[in-house]
Order: sequence, then C-alpha cells, then structure tokens
Amino acid sequence: MARTAVLGRLRWQVATVTDVRDEGPIARTLGLTVPDWPGHDAGQHVDLRVTAPDGYSAQRSYSIANAPDDSRVELTIERLSDGEVSPYLADVVQAGDMLEVRGPIGGWFVWTEDVPAPVMLLGGGSGIVPLMAMVRARSKASIRPPFQLLYSVRTPDLVFFRDELAALHAPDDGFDVTFRYTRSAPPGWSEPVARIDRALLQRWGMPTADHPLAYVCGPTGFVETTANLLVDLGHPPERIRTERFGPTGGGP
Amino acid sequence: MTQMLDGNTAAGALSEIFAVDVTAAHGRCVTCGAVDALGEVHLYFDAHGMIARCPHCEGVVFRLVRSHDRAWLDLRGMVSLEIPMPIESPESPRG
Repeated sequence: MARTAVLGRLRWQVATVTDVRDEGPIARTLGLTVPDWPGHDAGQHVDLRVTAPDGYSAQRSYSIANAPDDSRVELTIERLSDGEVSPYLADVVQAGDMLEVRGPIGGWFVWTEDVPAPVMLLGGGSGIVPLMAMVRARSKASIRPPFQLLYSVRTPDLVFFRDELAALHAPDDGFDVTFRYTRSAPPGWSEPVARIDRALLQRWGMPTADHPLAYVCGPTGFVETTANLLVDLGHPPERIRTERFGPTGGGP
Repeated sequence: MTQMLDGNTAAGALSEIFAVDVTAAHGRCVTCGAVDALGEVHLYFDAHGMIARCPHCEGVVFRLVRSHDRAWLDLRGMVSLEIPMPIESPESPRG
C-alpha cells in the first residue's frame, strides 16, 4: 500500500510500453511495465519525462487509470492540440518504446477499500481517468461501498471507457454511472445538454446524512464550480477531495 | 504558465525531497489559519518553479524551485504540518 507513506524518496525509472489502444478520437491508453513497481492506489499519478534528441526535456503528470497492480501501469492520455508532450504520447509512442517515469505519486486524491464510506465521483473530460482507477479498484475490492459516478463530457464520442462503464453500471450492486453532455447528446437524450448545475447535483447526489466522500477531478473551472456546488448542498469541505489538471510546468 | 492547478501536482517534486508523501499532510496557513491537505492548495507555475497558495486566502504556502543540482524550498506559509505515517508495530522503539 502506498497510501500513507512510502519510505524512501522516489527515483526515475525506465518503463517499457507494452501496448497501446485508442480511447476514442482524442486519447490513447498506454500500458507500461515498470521494474520494481511497488504497486499503487487508485487516484495516484506518475510523473513522466521525455527527452528530445537535442537534450531538451519536459515533464508531465498523468493519472494512473488501472486498478492497483503489482507491475502494470495504464495511463490514458488526452491529446492536447497545443501540447508539447501529449501529442507524442498520444500519437507517436508504440509498444516496445521506453519512457522515463517516477511514481506512484500522491497520497491525497486516492481511494482505498479500507474506507467504508459511500463515494461520489465527479469527473469532467479526461478528469475521468483517476476516477476510473477508483471504479476499477472497487470492482476488484472485497468490500464494495456504493459508488456513483457523474461524468461530464462535451460530446458522446469523447467518452472514455464507454463499454467498460456500461458493463460495470449496476445500481443494484452499488455502482451507478450518469452522463452529463455539455455540447451535444446522443439521439433521444432527454436530459438537458448543459454543464453540471445545482439542480442536477441535488437530484443526483447522495444524501449528506450518508456522509459520502466526494472526489472531483477535471479542469480547474469544472473543479471549482462542482466542489462549490457540493458545499452549497451541505457536503462538508473536508469530505470533498479535488484534483485539477492542466498543463504543468516543463523543465527538468 | 499561470493556470491554477493544485498541490497534488507537486507531489512528485516534493517526493524528491521528503521521504513521505506530504501532499496527504495537513498544514495550517500562516496568513489565515485555515487547515488544508497540501494536495488541496492552489498551485501555480512560473518560469522558475512552483508556488503554492492557500485555497482560502491565497497567501503563499510554499515555493519550490529546482535546478539541475539543487532545490530551493521556501516554507514561509505553514505554521505546522500533520503528516500521516505508517502504523508503527507495538514493539518498535520510539524516541
């Protein structure tokens, strides 16, 4: 378990790409094997460093998408059109390539099965990735508290993990997934096409009396708005964990 | 880059320095007294490095600048840190 504290400072390691698969039109999942991987918790990330032939190097953080595993790490990476690193990872990298990684990193935005509270997951765009790790971890866990996922995404074709989420969706077994489309919805969709708002959260959210934990991940604006709405609806700030993503500083 | 991220993003850089994950630690802000996990602080990058600000008052919590052979860590904004640690076994000596 990496949750509380892994003693010893992290080192960069060389990971090997074992497989790649498309995750819709804008993202790709890279499967990596990392030597001596200590295992990870759902919600953790890795830092990844790429170095150009001229020695220029850039570093980014990516959430781990798969459930805890002894050796395998999956990263689902969205291609940012103005990105410096993501187009390389999302378009160029192939099985057999090697990448510099360090991790697992982060002990705050994590879920482990020893926490029995019901869980609300709220993801915007590729903010789904660490939440998917939590959903996958729950499905492998021996004790499975109720989870519900609210996935806000611009258009249906941009949904990551669509088939897997559909297969896992089982309200009777405590996992419920709800989509919120913000630009266009599938034919016949009866819900509003709009950003997450108070009315939706009021209808969708777990009762505050159940003391759920909330994990909110997405772009900064999504996270601010969503977390504030949850607080307005009576969820205590200390039960809400947030992770904002965006381009991080480059440099060595 | 001025886009706001959060303390979770600093976990890798801080793990180069600390033997435990300090983003899961709670710190008290010098400026306003609020207590937050370091994972929840607001994080900004500039040309030099990262600057973390209190999510309540935007007071500076810490700054971290890294060069190829050293790091400068400015911890001006934290009164104290409460750090989750691995559970000690009963027989392990203390102090």
